[in-house]
Amino acid sequence: MSGTTSANAAKLTIGKAVNAGLRRAMEADPKVIIMGEDVGRLGGVFRVTDGLYKDFGADRVIDTPLAESGIVGTAIGLAMRGYRPVCEIQFDGFFFPAANQTFTQLAKMRARSGGRLRLPVVLRIPYGGGIGAVEHHSESPEAYFAHTPGLRVVTVANPVDSYWMIQQAIASDDPVVFFEPKRRYYEKAEVDTSAPLEAATPMGAARVARAGTDLTLLAYGPMVKTALQAAEADTDHSIEVVDLRSISPVDFATVCASVRRTGRLVVAHEAPLSSGLGAEIAARVTEDCFYALEAPVIRVGGFDTPYPPSRLEEHYLPDLDRVLDGVDRAFAY
Amino acid sequence: MSVTHEEPELIQLLTPEGELVEHPDYPLDLSAEELRGMYRDLVLVRRIDTEAVALQRVGELGLWASLLGQEAAQIGSGRALRPQDMAFPSYRDHGVAWCRGVDHKALLGLYRGVTNGGWDPADHGFHLYTIVIGSQALHAAGYAMGVQRDGALGDDGTAVITYFGDGATSQGDTNEAFNFAAVNNAPVVFFCQNNQWAISEPMERQSRVPIYQRAAGFGFPGIRVDGNDVLACLAVTRAALQNAREGQGPTLIEAFTYRMGAHTTNDDPTRYRVSAELEEWRRKDPIARLHSHLSRTGRADDAFFAAVEAEAEELGERVRADCRALPDPEPLDLFDNVYADPHVRLEEQRAGYADYLASFDGVGAEGGR
Repeated sequence: MSGTTSANAAKLTIGKAVNAGLRRAMEADPKVIIMGEDVGRLGGVFRVTDGLYKDFGADRVIDTPLAESGIVGTAIGLAMRGYRPVCEIQFDGFFFPAANQTFTQLAKMRARSGGRLRLPVVLRIPYGGGIGAVEHHSESPEAYFAHTPGLRVVTVANPVDSYWMIQQAIASDDPVVFFEPKRRYYEKAEVDTSAPLEAATPMGAARVARAGTDLTLLAYGPMVKTALQAAEADTDHSIEVVDLRSISPVDFATVCASVRRTGRLVVAHEAPLSSGLGAEIAARVTEDCFYALEAPVIRVGGFDTPYPPSRLEEHYLPDLDRVLDGVDRAFAY
Repeated sequence: MSVTHEEPELIQLLTPEGELVEHPDYPLDLSAEELRGMYRDLVLVRRIDTEAVALQRVGELGLWASLLGQEAAQIGSGRALRPQDMAFPSYRDHGVAWCRGVDHKALLGLYRGVTNGGWDPADHGFHLYTIVIGSQALHAAGYAMGVQRDGALGDDGTAVITYFGDGATSQGDTNEAFNFAAVNNAPVVFFCQNNQWAISEPMERQSRVPIYQRAAGFGFPGIRVDGNDVLACLAVTRAALQNAREGQGPTLIEAFTYRMGAHTTNDDPTRYRVSAELEEWRRKDPIARLHSHLSRTGRADDAFFAAVEAEAEELGERVRADCRALPDPEPLDLFDNVYADPHVRLEEQRAGYADYLASFDGVGAEGGR
């Protein structure tokens, strides 16, 4: 281990925390390599790989041709050769050319090989809206991935998780899709970078971000901050906020324990409402916690429309008021 | 093992110094009036572009992808198109949009965030901008296959053109488009503006061979043209379109040019490229060379240049005013045009959101947003 693990608590943004986590993983394991469009000299369009090209060189930080299918496909080959590629997909909407390699190859290879092949590939995807971007730069495609057996899917809501979970994703022998909430890249927090990786909360675990007794508000990625704000804003009720962290698999033990305490559940995500993560969570919680529920599970999400032009995104994205409206609906029962 | 390539031939009809040169394969005889028209096009699209960058800086646009340096490639190829032709652009092709009669308001609306489209492709023979790199090349190949099946070829037939950059030549879709066009002998021209940079990645990260040479492997001709020479771009594109029109299949044109600005207004090119390169290309400026030719040969006088300047001033003013006047869409527009036929789930959501918005009436002007 190198100097970056010396006892140190640093104030980091989410972007810088992912960067620091990548750096520590690269220092710890020479097989970890970064690949993607503009990840080298530029340091990525969000600067998440800033400085890595300079310090680790072009063999380990690869500016790839502009071809997402090529990025994921060659990452599979590199993984077969013993490397641990961390691929940056520049924006959520640019993932789709790589859908074939991801869904037909990456996700299934281990099962097809009877467990002989392992593909420790990480796909880092900045996702979600709220930054006033042009088309294809604000998508929330996580449900497609969660619906694909063979992929682990996680997302982060704060710098601490960003620092640890990127390292856990890289350490996993399974393919991990790592969603980064781009509108929260500049959120800051203290990160104690001195602890050992093994001490971090497991990647698959949900986390109670705020304790409460009357209702569970479940969110992940960019919506966790909105959920916490909603919990603060509702002075009539004691709202518990659960940060899901892992989208696939979902930590239903933590989710259901919370729901059994509160009796009510609201799930919020940016992605279109129908057939989204909220639907899966509602179904499972209804099965497992039926007698604890005092209201149906309420979902708050984006509309079932293409992501709109940016001048309409505040109407598309579930905001504080929309989340509180969901909370009110749950208390109406 | 290394493969060496000879310095590729670059079709040029107007040198950076403003000298006309003849090319046996691409004769071009333009009247003084036509030349002045091209000059006016170049100046006016550059002005729209300059204004748009400034509008982004003051927050009136969310983003802008500047065409600075690529005016000749776009005006030359755009003026080669006939009304019945169909173009499939990328997202930086404001000069082609100009040639196809797409109003600057529509382009500004896209980058302001009031629309994801902005115009009716059928009105202009100009498809919507495409952001996911290379996707439109396949649409162009397919459209051209339709033209073929319609029997719309011949001397006065329809040709198709698609625009993309050097980065796009790495995408599977683009290469698949080359192949579909080739095996079908489809009437499509692939117009690649090689501006040397895909955001921060220089050409050598995308291709080991010059782009135009890719065509040979697919079985159709590839040509490299001086992308800062509006006349060469016009002549070469006109010939390629005519070949397509007459049923002789696809052509790949590599317009060798340079992205003088940032990738977009979000980009900072000082992080990855040196200013000496910029200076070198500044000497090849597409507008300066035509200006030099026109004034030296007396094909345009000072009054003409002054009139174009005045027109650019006036256009710049209109661009600024038009941009600020673009109305935001209405909230319930969200639900429009997702499907051709009524869709029960979306109608529910539209009604629900209308009720939700109405619930804020009287609570506060903006409903607490």
